[in-house]
Amino acid sequence: MYLAIVLLPLLGAILGAVIALAGARARFPGAEPSDDHHAPHADHGAHAAQAHADGGQDDHHGPVEPAAAGSRATEIITTSLLMIACVLAWIAFWKVGFGHQDERVRLFTWMISADLKVDWALRIDTLTAVMLVVVTTVSALVHLYSIGYMAEDPYRPRFFAYLSLFTFAMLALVTADNLAQMFFGWEGVGLASYLLIGFWYHKPEANAAAIKAFVVNRVGDFGFALGIFGVFMMTSSIDFDTIFAAAPSLTGKTIDFFGWRADALTLICLLLFMGAMGKSAQFLLHTWLPDAMEGPTPVSALIHAATMVTAGVFMVARLSPLFELAPNAAAFVTLIGATTAFFAATVGLVQNDIKRIVAYSTCSQLGYMFVAMGVGAYSVGMFHLFTHAFFKALLFLGSGSVIMAMHHEQDIRNMGGLRKKIPFTYWCMVIGTLALTGFPLTAGYFSKDAIIEAAYSGRNPFAIYAFVMTVIAAFMTAFYSWRLIYKTFHGAPHDQRHYDAAHESPLVILIPLGVLAVGSLGAGFAFKEFFAGHEVEHFFRESLKQGHIIDEMHHVPFIVAWLPTVMLALGWGLAAYMYLLHPEIAPRLARQHDALYRFLLNKWYVDELYNLIFVRPALWFGRVFWKGGDGYIIDGFGPDGVSARVLDITRNIVRLQTGYLYHYAFAMLIGAAALITWFMFSGAGVH
Amino acid sequence: MNAVPLSSMTQVLPEIVLAIGGMALLMFGAYRDRVDNAVCVLSVLLLAAAGVTVTIIPNGNVFGTSFILDDYARFLKILAYLGSAFAIVMSLNYQTLEKQRTFEYPILILLSTVGMGMLISAGDLIALYLGLELMSLALYVVAASNRDSLQSTEAGLKYFVLGALSSGMLLYGCSLIYGFTGNVSFNGIAKASSQGGLGLIFGLVFLFAGFCFKVSAVPFHMWTPDVYEGAPTPVTAFFAAAPKIAAMAIFARATISAFPGITHQWQQIVVFVSIASMALGAFAAIGQTNIKRLMAYSSIGHMGFALVGLAAGTPEGVQGVLVYMSIYLAMTVGTFAVILSMRRSEGMVEKISDLSGLSRSNPGLAFFLALLLFSLAGIPPLAGFFAKYYVFLGAMKAGLYGLAVIGVLASVVGAYYYLLIVKIMYFDEPAKDFNPVPGELKAVLGVAGLFNLLYFVYPAPLIGAAGIAAKSLF
Amino acid sequence: MILPALFFYLFAGVCVASAFMVIAAKNPVHSVLYLILAFVNASGLFVLMGAEFLAMILIVVYVGAVAVLFLFVVMMLDVDFAELRQGVLQYLPVGVLVGVVFLAELLLVAGAWVIAPGMPQAISAPTPSTMTNTEALGRVLYTQYVYYFQAAGLVLLVAMIGAIVLTLRHNPKAKRQNISDQVARTKETAMEVVQVKSGQGI
Repeated sequence: MYLAIVLLPLLGAILGAVIALAGARARFPGAEPSDDHHAPHADHGAHAAQAHADGGQDDHHGPVEPAAAGSRATEIITTSLLMIACVLAWIAFWKVGFGHQDERVRLFTWMISADLKVDWALRIDTLTAVMLVVVTTVSALVHLYSIGYMAEDPYRPRFFAYLSLFTFAMLALVTADNLAQMFFGWEGVGLASYLLIGFWYHKPEANAAAIKAFVVNRVGDFGFALGIFGVFMMTSSIDFDTIFAAAPSLTGKTIDFFGWRADALTLICLLLFMGAMGKSAQFLLHTWLPDAMEGPTPVSALIHAATMVTAGVFMVARLSPLFELAPNAAAFVTLIGATTAFFAATVGLVQNDIKRIVAYSTCSQLGYMFVAMGVGAYSVGMFHLFTHAFFKALLFLGSGSVIMAMHHEQDIRNMGGLRKKIPFTYWCMVIGTLALTGFPLTAGYFSKDAIIEAAYSGRNPFAIYAFVMTVIAAFMTAFYSWRLIYKTFHGAPHDQRHYDAAHESPLVILIPLGVLAVGSLGAGFAFKEFFAGHEVEHFFRESLKQGHIIDEMHHVPFIVAWLPTVMLALGWGLAAYMYLLHPEIAPRLARQHDALYRFLLNKWYVDELYNLIFVRPALWFGRVFWKGGDGYIIDGFGPDGVSARVLDITRNIVRLQTGYLYHYAFAMLIGAAALITWFMFSGAGVH
Repeated sequence: MNAVPLSSMTQVLPEIVLAIGGMALLMFGAYRDRVDNAVCVLSVLLLAAAGVTVTIIPNGNVFGTSFILDDYARFLKILAYLGSAFAIVMSLNYQTLEKQRTFEYPILILLSTVGMGMLISAGDLIALYLGLELMSLALYVVAASNRDSLQSTEAGLKYFVLGALSSGMLLYGCSLIYGFTGNVSFNGIAKASSQGGLGLIFGLVFLFAGFCFKVSAVPFHMWTPDVYEGAPTPVTAFFAAAPKIAAMAIFARATISAFPGITHQWQQIVVFVSIASMALGAFAAIGQTNIKRLMAYSSIGHMGFALVGLAAGTPEGVQGVLVYMSIYLAMTVGTFAVILSMRRSEGMVEKISDLSGLSRSNPGLAFFLALLLFSLAGIPPLAGFFAKYYVFLGAMKAGLYGLAVIGVLASVVGAYYYLLIVKIMYFDEPAKDFNPVPGELKAVLGVAGLFNLLYFVYPAPLIGAAGIAAKSLF
Repeated sequence: MILPALFFYLFAGVCVASAFMVIAAKNPVHSVLYLILAFVNASGLFVLMGAEFLAMILIVVYVGAVAVLFLFVVMMLDVDFAELRQGVLQYLPVGVLVGVVFLAELLLVAGAWVIAPGMPQAISAPTPSTMTNTEALGRVLYTQYVYYFQAAGLVLLVAMIGAIVLTLRHNPKAKRQNISDQVARTKETAMEVVQVKSGQGI
């Protein structure tokens, strides 16, 4: 059964790929696809310009081109396979989570090299089961949703093949039984993410975003790989069970790292966390996530909200036995998580692209999860991951529905009043927002409040910092989320033409929205006790490290427990005041605090900073090595230089050939004299 | 002791045949009123007769040790006769077309070949000098044989003056050697030279200067490009083949049989000369635009490679030299057959650029030239590769690794200009067509080309013969 | 013993000095004359060594033929030696250097002169004391050294052919006397009797 869960998406991906390849071959026998019909609409281009540099993207692709052959078949195959996998995943969740039937399915030996022995095995415990459920559910819904959303795209077989490939890679990641397997899945999702962000490869921005995501993730993966090497160095194994068994004995050991005697566990955990930072878009390595919104909206929902970006969180949870033993690393995790939560929320305040707002919100929520991980409340972090998957997917898919309704308009300044036109989407978005902002009894309420309480009760040096940051972030979350709702669905329409044309989405889109809305409302209440309550120990058992923090967080002061809700109220109120009642305040405020506004709008200038610190010097280095190193030194003294020297020698030798008889005679005499002199001085002739 | 009975002169028979035949042809030509190919054809027949004679007569020494006929001499004489015969054959059409027909030309080549035979068989310094002069004097004359051409006369004069200088140096060396050993015969010198001595070394250097001039090895090579370019093309073809073989033969014989006691000393000279020749041949040829000049540098380089084998000073090394000279003969003769085919209606052309696009205008000619150039560059499986292989093998076995490495590097540089010609023939825009190739050139080209192409199929006879020949020297 | 030594140094000194003057003299005619002087002194040295045949041959061939030929050539060609020597100064330093190197090395060699132990015995044809050296030469020239002699003959033959090939020009327009044709003429071939009528031309 577990094998089926993992392999069904792969089967779908392979079938989809075959169909896509066959279709592509039939369509372009020997020619490249032309891209003239992919030019963006001129009026949208103007919007984009007046918004800001990165905003106002247009993913409109008109149905000029006929759909690839087999599109419908691919959709049905991949979606139904995912549905089956999803059902199986829920069964597995039930069996493992409540039936306590942990399992380890060993498939085959992957590789053996000296001490390194890697099996391919499926590790099925509660942690995995939770992820299986999240991944397959969201993926199945996104597949279904994509049938509607991508209906106009001619390359659907390829798209669905990618989606299924991603799902397979993600499942391989979460079922990993050792670090190598996890790394396989890790890179697999990275690849699928790259392919899907750049799905519309005719758009330069999409290509740039795809490359950016890939490159930034490489930075993290570098750390991850080093971390794996470190683990192997210290324990001679990368198998989870072995590592966890050996971990306690590692405390106090050190690794020589460039002459710096680092604490082994701390160093390993920091390196591993570096991988998590990249994949989960944490502060400093977050820059790729907003740009990744260039991809189709279902992709954003699946990969960049619900599943892949949570891989980092999952990894920390999976390796919680290590992090538990490395308090310094855990503190660092808290610091980064809290900073991200705050930073992304501030940036989210002023963004105008509907998908970007949600993207920064994702970033911020991931920060929450890491805060929970950092303070040791792993199950709480997983809880938020679980609920977040529902409401964030809901928000993304809802945004997608809005975008479709607005004929591929993404700038919320051009929306407004859509409530009446697309009521179902509106209510779904509202449910998502309520869940995100932590409205009592919705999914987010339980998980997010639990994180804030955990941060309050946390014992590491950054716990209080994390508490303050998460509370402020909760306020800002409420503000920007409701700002989104008000600007999009309330008020007067800003673009009458699009407004008139707006229409409710088809059923294939609305069904996933509905399912996710139910999840967003109920997932928190239903599973609260298992993730953050008294059932945690029975539910997660060995799969997670559980400290005392779960108990402690139930004894926080009343005020702390209710603080997030107060913040929600304040933020919601402010948003309502600024965008519903007095829409003229916001632009005035922006003008008054121009510097701050710009600072936030430009995302704290992190991209520019990176450009200055890394990209430009890298380009400079590249140029130096290209022109100086390769061009001047290697080519100059290598092939080119040698051939040039040969020609120089030739010129000089040819110049010797003057044509004058006495020169020739002289050369002969000099030659004889030189030979004789040589023998005179070498003493060769004297015995 | 005093009188040499005629019956004991069997071993000199080839030379006698050639000399008397040459003089008879001189009379025949002088008293004939028509000018045609008869003298040439008869000359080739004479060479063939001499070649047959030399294969059947037994080994032996005549006139004391002045004239030695051994396997070594026999092998090289056949090569030299072949070279001379090819040179005469290739001149047939040229002389007719250029209106330079003189019946003396083949006779001079015959007499020069007599000199080569004496040189190859020389067993003492006097015979060596006389053979050398007989060979060279005829060469000076044929170099200038196109007396209406300024270039040709200049070439002849330069060759003569420098040749006289080199002969002077050689004689000086001979006199020093005689002075220090009291002997002119190689055997006697070998006995007396075992003690060495600075004077002997000096003599050796001057003797080598003379040899190096004849094989055109650096730094005594300066005449080569000018003479090759200036002389009429068939004459150049002759220069590049037979005299080189004879000079290399006496170089090796004198060195090996007269100076075994000071091997270490002469090895140094040969190594130096060899490296310098290989390097200069490789580098200087790159800058050439005239294909005859290019072949001059090419031959300088090839002599350097052949000397690598001699530097080894072992039977394997000398075997390498012999194999090298044989294959060099085939390559050179074939290449010059192509150069002689470079004729347009307005006359001979000899620029490398005239070959451009030859693959389209005359694919057969282009193919054979490309084949020969690849062989000259030493690319397997053509014969030129094996030639280099054997000399390098000899050097390696004698422990001269540095020399072998430098040789390989030089052949890499050398490959550049050979391949450049191939590129010009196959990838550049076609120039004007050449006139149809005369039959005898086609025949020579075919023989030389096929030898180079198919040598690797059955190399044993050549290798075996060269091995036997080389052993007879030690 | 004193007298031959005295003459040896006289001949040798004059020979070297005149050899130097051959290349040092400004006038080419003087150079050739110095050359003749050098030849004469060399033949004097031969006489001192008892090689009177060589001495006479040197006078007859080199002085009588070669040097005189040189003299003719120099006079007829009218070579401007001053012009030829223009570049001399430019090459003088290198030339002097090479010359000095050679000289120094030869002196070193001469200083270390060692005659091989068996040298006197090794000389293959010692001068017999019972006959003149002209006769001695004649005895070996066609017997022991016939090979060298014939080879030298071939060299001269080639030189002759070469001289002819390079210089003989058949000018078809030149009118030459053909004696055999003239001698072979008969009355019939040479004469024709024509009857001419009076008052008319042919």
